[in-house]
Amino acid sequence: MSVSRAGFLWALLSLLPLAAWGVIETYRFSSPELEARYHSLSQELRCPKCQNQNIADSNAPIARDLRVVLYEQLEAGASDDEILDFMVARYGEFVRYRPGVDRNTALLWVSPALLLLLGALGLLWHFKGRRVSSPAPLTAQEREKLERLMAQTSGEADP
Amino acid sequence: MRAKRFLPLLAFALLAGLLYKGLSIDPTALPAARLGQPFPPFTQRELISGNELTEQALLPGPALVNVWATWCYSCRVEHPYLLKLAQRGVPIFGLNYKDDSVKARDWLVQLGDPYRLNIVDEEGVVGLDLGVYGAPETYVIDEAGLIVHRHVGVLDASVFARDFQRWFPTDSVPASASVAGEQG
Repeated sequence: MSVSRAGFLWALLSLLPLAAWGVIETYRFSSPELEARYHSLSQELRCPKCQNQNIADSNAPIARDLRVVLYEQLEAGASDDEILDFMVARYGEFVRYRPGVDRNTALLWVSPALLLLLGALGLLWHFKGRRVSSPAPLTAQEREKLERLMAQTSGEADP
Repeated sequence: MRAKRFLPLLAFALLAGLLYKGLSIDPTALPAARLGQPFPPFTQRELISGNELTEQALLPGPALVNVWATWCYSCRVEHPYLLKLAQRGVPIFGLNYKDDSVKARDWLVQLGDPYRLNIVDEEGVVGLDLGVYGAPETYVIDEAGLIVHRHVGVLDASVFARDFQRWFPTDSVPASASVAGEQG
């Protein structure tokens, strides 16, 4: 009786999701709308320390700090622009994965269009070049000469 | 026709030039967003005295603000040089960043204290306002309290001679030959 009860308890214990006790950052948002904005902003903000991660993915202490700031400011009613301005004032345009257009980022923004244009120009040049290099049609005189030569060579080949 | 033959070579040369330039760019160097702005206002404890400290305590400049912590290995590396600077009369303020104050005081007792004052920033709020993303970092503030320079990483004689010297009278600067010479 007591053995089966212990076994039952063990079975129960094995069902407990141990991973749930791992340290997971959870914020209680006052509305789902705030939570959605938190997720989109934390993915758009770049971690200053580990430069190829956003603050949502990064484990760096500074990324954690920025997530806390993000959460607090969202709950305090700040707009997306206000939060981004706050971050940019401290860490520069660098912290945004979609930086604003200014002198430094102009090339970044226009380069896709520029590359597309270059590609189109290259293609145009390529096809134009092909057309020019294709041989001009034979004149009547040349065709006659060609036929004569063909007849001559085939005559030689067939003894 | 002949120009077209050299097009791949030209493209290669352009790309090679671009990539070569990329080699000399430090990807970890971040633009300092606070340059030219006043030191962000704060009210924090002083590490040794426990007194309340505000940004007014840093004035008048020019002075260094050094971001350090006992968990930061590079801070230990640059510590002897800070002591040397302090000996020559360069005013250095510490920002004890996300650190344990007890450990920080022990560190200063054991290794020497180059700081005029130390701002306790356990939560990293002053650091965040300043745009700090690690330690060590060293800032220069000018007479008016504006941030005029930021250095990320270990401060040594060659860095000081290159980027910091101009803010301080030359007679108060340690000879850069002593350490920079050794580094070659």
